Amino acid sequence: MAEEQQLFKITIDGITIEVPQGTTVLNAARMIGKEVAPPAMCYYSKLEGSGGKCRTCLVEVAAGSTKDPRPMPKLVASCRTVVMDGMIVKNKTSERVIDARNGIVEYLLINHPLDCPICDQAGECHLQDLGYDHGLAGTRYEFKRRTFVREDIGPYVQLHMTRCILCYRCVYVADQLTDHRVHGILDRGDHSDISTYVSKAIDNDFSGNMIDVCPVGALTDRTYRFKNRVWFLKPMDAHRDCDKCCGKVTLWNRGDEVYRVTARKDPWGEVQEIDGKTAWICNTCRFEKKKASDWTIEGPTKIDRHSVISANHYAEKVQPPDPLNKVLFGRKPLLLMDIHEVSKVNTPDIDLSKIPGPATSTTFIDRDEAKDIEQAEAERLLINDHKELP
Amino acid sequence: MQALTNRIKPVSRKPMSIWERMYLPAIFKGMTITFSHMFKKVPTIRYPEKTRPFSPVFRGLQILNRDEEGRENCTACGLCAVACPAEAITMEAAERKPGEEHLYREEKYAAKYEINMLRCIFCGLCEEACPKDAVYLSETFAPANYQRKGFIYGKENLLIPHPKEDPEGFAKARGSRAAHPEGHGNEH
Repeated sequence: MAEEQQLFKITIDGITIEVPQGTTVLNAARMIGKEVAPPAMCYYSKLEGSGGKCRTCLVEVAAGSTKDPRPMPKLVASCRTVVMDGMIVKNKTSERVIDARNGIVEYLLINHPLDCPICDQAGECHLQDLGYDHGLAGTRYEFKRRTFVREDIGPYVQLHMTRCILCYRCVYVADQLTDHRVHGILDRGDHSDISTYVSKAIDNDFSGNMIDVCPVGALTDRTYRFKNRVWFLKPMDAHRDCDKCCGKVTLWNRGDEVYRVTARKDPWGEVQEIDGKTAWICNTCRFEKKKASDWTIEGPTKIDRHSVISANHYAEKVQPPDPLNKVLFGRKPLLLMDIHEVSKVNTPDIDLSKIPGPATSTTFIDRDEAKDIEQAEAERLLINDHKELP
Repeated sequence: MQALTNRIKPVSRKPMSIWERMYLPAIFKGMTITFSHMFKKVPTIRYPEKTRPFSPVFRGLQILNRDEEGRENCTACGLCAVACPAEAITMEAAERKPGEEHLYREEKYAAKYEINMLRCIFCGLCEEACPKDAVYLSETFAPANYQRKGFIYGKENLLIPHPKEDPEGFAKARGSRAAHPEGHGNEH
């Protein structure tokens, strides 16, 4: 087959690769691999027009092209710079880039609260990873951080504007995935605030993908709020027949309980492409199918070894045979202690995955006191709608 | 039989001398050594009436800390549980409701928090991992119980007494090292 597109040669951190014309430097680096790819907070390859806002992907261009080998005077955003033939790019090998990136991280963290112990995104947060790689241990910022009231955008999505880094990814999701966008960014600069018109609920079927797209914990799943930490859950690839979306998801389980459903992620933290299409999932799959029987489990999700989520997880499907089976000839072992008699954690009468919002003090009331659960639930929902702060 | 070493000494079989057969001199010699110990410094102490000062790095049973207003510090972030090499710690989080601000310091708190003291190896990694100043290894040690289930400590066992309602218990739970964080100087 005659290759119509011209292949351009680009060298990133000393590794040369040929990429089709029109590829961005960031995507060329991603083709080489994780070691050379610059981090990206706002660029999302599946969303048209994203990128160019956060400046974390800045790289140094040591030679513009073969024809014009002069270096570019300033660092350029690799997500918005198109590859030229013979371009030489320095990412991690450039001290200027590392220095600039440290500055960008500090800048992003100026208004970002240090509430990772509370935030549900912790463990899969891109800003956390970035801060870990490039951030300072302390802050030099002495002023009051910008704070916003926590807001519920519809019944499923919760917005913590305080944590937002203004990457605009969620706005692109609403523009490109749903038929009409009802939320956007109000005001400018430091005062920028993501909101809906008169807090109008986002009820579109694909609005939940904003949660997956958000690089920080600004948009989180209300049904998963405070239920568990991601690294204690087992990610499992699963699918179901869905008439709205591809139905291919990752389940986050504790035992057989489905705590959370997300789209499948690729190594860049973006929603995977399955059969040439981005595997966005619909809100029904994401929020309403929280029973193990709703899903066909394919197997454990492959998690990067360096991720905290892989702690104590084993990707092998094959389990070693239980030695008790052989010794006891198939009889059940006589257990002298039932863990639920001594431990109050994970009691069988409370299914955390089934309650629609975070657990509160009314969730864990003693069952003997027999407080009406329905009433507790109604009370809890009222609290959820309650706005914090005066 | 071939000897294993060349340091073998044959047992002396010769009969005892009259001095040795008298026996009493040897007895007196031994008693002198025993008696002289009564005037030496005693290296032991009468535990439990007396205790030794704790080393600044002593690691006993865990306590869950409160802040100066008596609110629980723990936010159930799970870092202690993920750091625990013995997997002794489990927890369940809950959201703080309006009106509970005097109980919990932040909007999320540990509704359940359990440490299996039979599993715990007292390595102190939970204390090191805690970002909220909530888990400390105290000076309490050697717990005793008749049953294994008594060793699964819930929040009622772990929480430090309220600093305002029970200042004595609070000070006792904080232990002797709270006043001397750098150590007593006589740890050696």
